[in-house]
Amino acid sequence: MNRRSSLFTFSLARCWGVVLKEFLQLKRDRLTFAMVIGIPVMMLILFGYAINMDPKHLKTMMIDADRSEFSRSFIMAMHNTAYFDFVGELNNEAEGEAALARGDVQFVVNIPSDFSRRLVRGERPVVLVIADATDPAAASNAIGAVTRLAESVAWKDLGGPLARLNGSPPLFDVQVHRRYNPEGITQYNIVPGLMGVILIMTMVMITGLAMTRERERGTMENLLATPVRPLEMLTGKIVPYIFIGLIQATIILLAAISLFNVPFVGGILELYVVLLIYIAAALTVGITISSLARNQLQGVQMTFFFFLPNVLLSGFMFPFYGMPKWAQVIAHVLPMTYFNRLVRGIMLKGNSWLDLWPNVWPLMLFTVILMGVALKFYRRTLD
Amino acid sequence: MKFAIDVRGLNKYFGKKKVVDDLSLQVRPGEIFGFLGPNGSGKTTSIRLMCGLLTPDSGSGTCLGYDIIAESDAIKRNVGYMTQRFSFWEDLSIRENLDFIARVYQMPDRKASVENALNNLGLKARANQLAGTLSGGWKQRLALAACMLHRPALLLLDEPTAGVDPSARRDFWEELHRLAAQGISVLVSTHYMDEAERCHKLAYISHGALLAQGTAQEIVAAQQLFTWAIKGKMTDESLTQLSDVLASKPGVLQTAAFGNALHVTGRDPLMLEKTLRETVAGLPHEMVRTETSLEDVFIHLMRTPKETREPLQEQPRKVGQ
Repeated sequence: MNRRSSLFTFSLARCWGVVLKEFLQLKRDRLTFAMVIGIPVMMLILFGYAINMDPKHLKTMMIDADRSEFSRSFIMAMHNTAYFDFVGELNNEAEGEAALARGDVQFVVNIPSDFSRRLVRGERPVVLVIADATDPAAASNAIGAVTRLAESVAWKDLGGPLARLNGSPPLFDVQVHRRYNPEGITQYNIVPGLMGVILIMTMVMITGLAMTRERERGTMENLLATPVRPLEMLTGKIVPYIFIGLIQATIILLAAISLFNVPFVGGILELYVVLLIYIAAALTVGITISSLARNQLQGVQMTFFFFLPNVLLSGFMFPFYGMPKWAQVIAHVLPMTYFNRLVRGIMLKGNSWLDLWPNVWPLMLFTVILMGVALKFYRRTLD
Repeated sequence: MKFAIDVRGLNKYFGKKKVVDDLSLQVRPGEIFGFLGPNGSGKTTSIRLMCGLLTPDSGSGTCLGYDIIAESDAIKRNVGYMTQRFSFWEDLSIRENLDFIARVYQMPDRKASVENALNNLGLKARANQLAGTLSGGWKQRLALAACMLHRPALLLLDEPTAGVDPSARRDFWEELHRLAAQGISVLVSTHYMDEAERCHKLAYISHGALLAQGTAQEIVAAQQLFTWAIKGKMTDESLTQLSDVLASKPGVLQTAAFGNALHVTGRDPLMLEKTLRETVAGLPHEMVRTETSLEDVFIHLMRTPKETREPLQEQPRKVGQ
C-alpha cells in the first residue's frame, strides 16, 4: 500500500463519520446557518426589488424656447411614457449641460424657438434630447421611448388647415420583438439567475472555509492522524452542504414564483437534477479553495476571486453575447455560465433534456476536474 | 517485532532551520519511553515524524513494523496520537467526539466502545457536554480517552499532563503502566521530573539532537557528575548569595536550589570538594555528598551550549554542523 493508491481508497463508513460530524457542527454553528437562510432572502429582495434594469421616472429638465401648444403637448407625451419626470425648466443649453454634468438630471429636452413655426410649415423640426449615458443600460429604454414619440403622439392640436400634416408617414419604423419576456420584466431574467449567484456564493464560501477552519482550530492535526483518507474527507465535507444548497434553491424558487411571478414552464425534475450538478460543482470549487488556502482569510479572498467573474461574465449581469470574445472564452470555464443558461432554459423556455445536455456535461466535467485538483493539493501531512 | 518504534538518522528542516538532527531511537514493545527536552527542542516534530504527520527530509524507520514514509496509513490505524494542544472539536459533545473517532477507525463495536470509554474515564456524567466548555483537566481526559479508543498498540503522547493537577497525573500514569503491562508501548513527552522517573527509558533531546538515552540510572551515570548538597539554616537570601559565589569557582559546573539545600554539581570530584570546603569553612553550613539526581543531569544538559556538547557515549555521532 503506498500513497498513490491510498489517495483514491474510499470507505463509506469513514466518509459517513465525517458527514455526521459536519452535520452536528453545522447544527451548532448558528451564524453560518443564519447566513445560509438569510443570504437568499436578502439577495432576492435586493436584486428582485431594488435592481431594475428598466428604470423609469428619470429626472428630466426642459428648455422650452418655443412655448407653444405643440411643445407643451410633446412634453406631456414624454411625461406619459413614465420614463421621464420633469423636475424643472432651464433657460439655455449651457445650463442644461451643467445640470447633466452635476448629475442633477439624466435628460435635458431642448425644444427650439422655431419649433411650432417649422412644424406648421411641414419642415420636420428637430427636438434635441440630451441624455446622460454614463449607464447606457439605464437610459436605453427611455431613449427608445422618446424616439418613438415622434410617430405616436397624436397631434390633436393640428386642426383646420393644418390637418393635412396629420398622418404623414414617419421617417423610420422601430420594431422590437422580445421573446420569453414580452413585457421586458427584469425579474423574470434576474430571479432565476439569482439562484446561480446565491448558490455559488454560499456554497463556495462555506466549503472554502471547511478545511481551513480545521487547520486554524488545530483539529487538522487530529484529523490527519486518523485513518480518514482524502477522498472520504472531501466527500464527507461536501455532502451536508448539498442538502443546504437544495434548501436554498427551494427558497429562491418559491420566492420566484410567489413574489415575482416568474413563469415556470419547464420540468421540476430537470431543474432539481441540474441544481444538484451545479451545487456539486460549486462545492468542489469550495473544497479546492480549502485545500489551497492557508487560512480562513485566504479562503475568503479566493472565494471572491472566483465569485466575481462568475457574476460578471456568466450572462447574469450583462448580456452574454454582448461581451467581447475573450470574455466569452473565460466565461466558458465558469460553472455559472452554464447554470444560467440551464435555469433560464428550464424555467422560461421549458427546455427538454436534449436542449439542456450541451450545458450539462461541461458542468460535470468541471466538477470532476476540480475534485482532482482538490485531491492533488490536499495536504496529507503537516509539512 | 523487536521494536515498537525504530527510527534511524531522522532529519527535518523547517526552511533553513534544522529542527530534528540525526535522531535515532528505539522503543521496545511494552515500554514506557520518556521524551524530554526544553521547549522548542524538537520533541513534537520528532513525534509527528514517527506517526507520519510530517515527512522526514532524510532518514528512515518503522513504527509497529510499518515504514514511517510509505505506510503511514497503516501506522495511523494502529497508533494513538495525543496532540500537545487540545485538538478535538469544541462544538461537539464528548460523546459525539468519541463517536466520530470510533466511526473513522471503523470500530465494529462502536457504541459499546464509546460507552466503555466514557465509563472508564469517568466522563459518563458529562457525555453530552460540549468539549469546548470543559476545563483543562477534563479536556486532557477526553483526549486520552479518544486516542485510546481504537485500542492502539502504540501511544504517542505529546505532553499529555501539561496543566493537569497532581492527582489526575497520578491516575494517568497508573493507567499508562497498566497499558504497558498489557504490552502497549508508550512514547510520552514531558517536562516533569517525577514523570521522567516513572518511565522505563528516557531520551533527552536538545536543539533537535539526542543528547542522552537510556534508563534514568544510565543517563545519570553517563554524565559522570558529582554532586554535594549544602545544608544548614539558610534564608533564601544566603542561599542565593552562596549560589552566586560558587558559580564562578573552579570545579563547579552548576548550582541548583532544592528547598533548603543547594545542590552543587561538578565534573571533577576532588576539585569540587576542595572548592566547597574552602567556601563553606567558617559558615554555619554542612556539606553532604549526595547522589546526582536526574534533574541535576537535565539542568546540566540544558545549560550545555550546543557547540561544546560531548558526543553520546554509546552512539558516537558528529557534533556541530
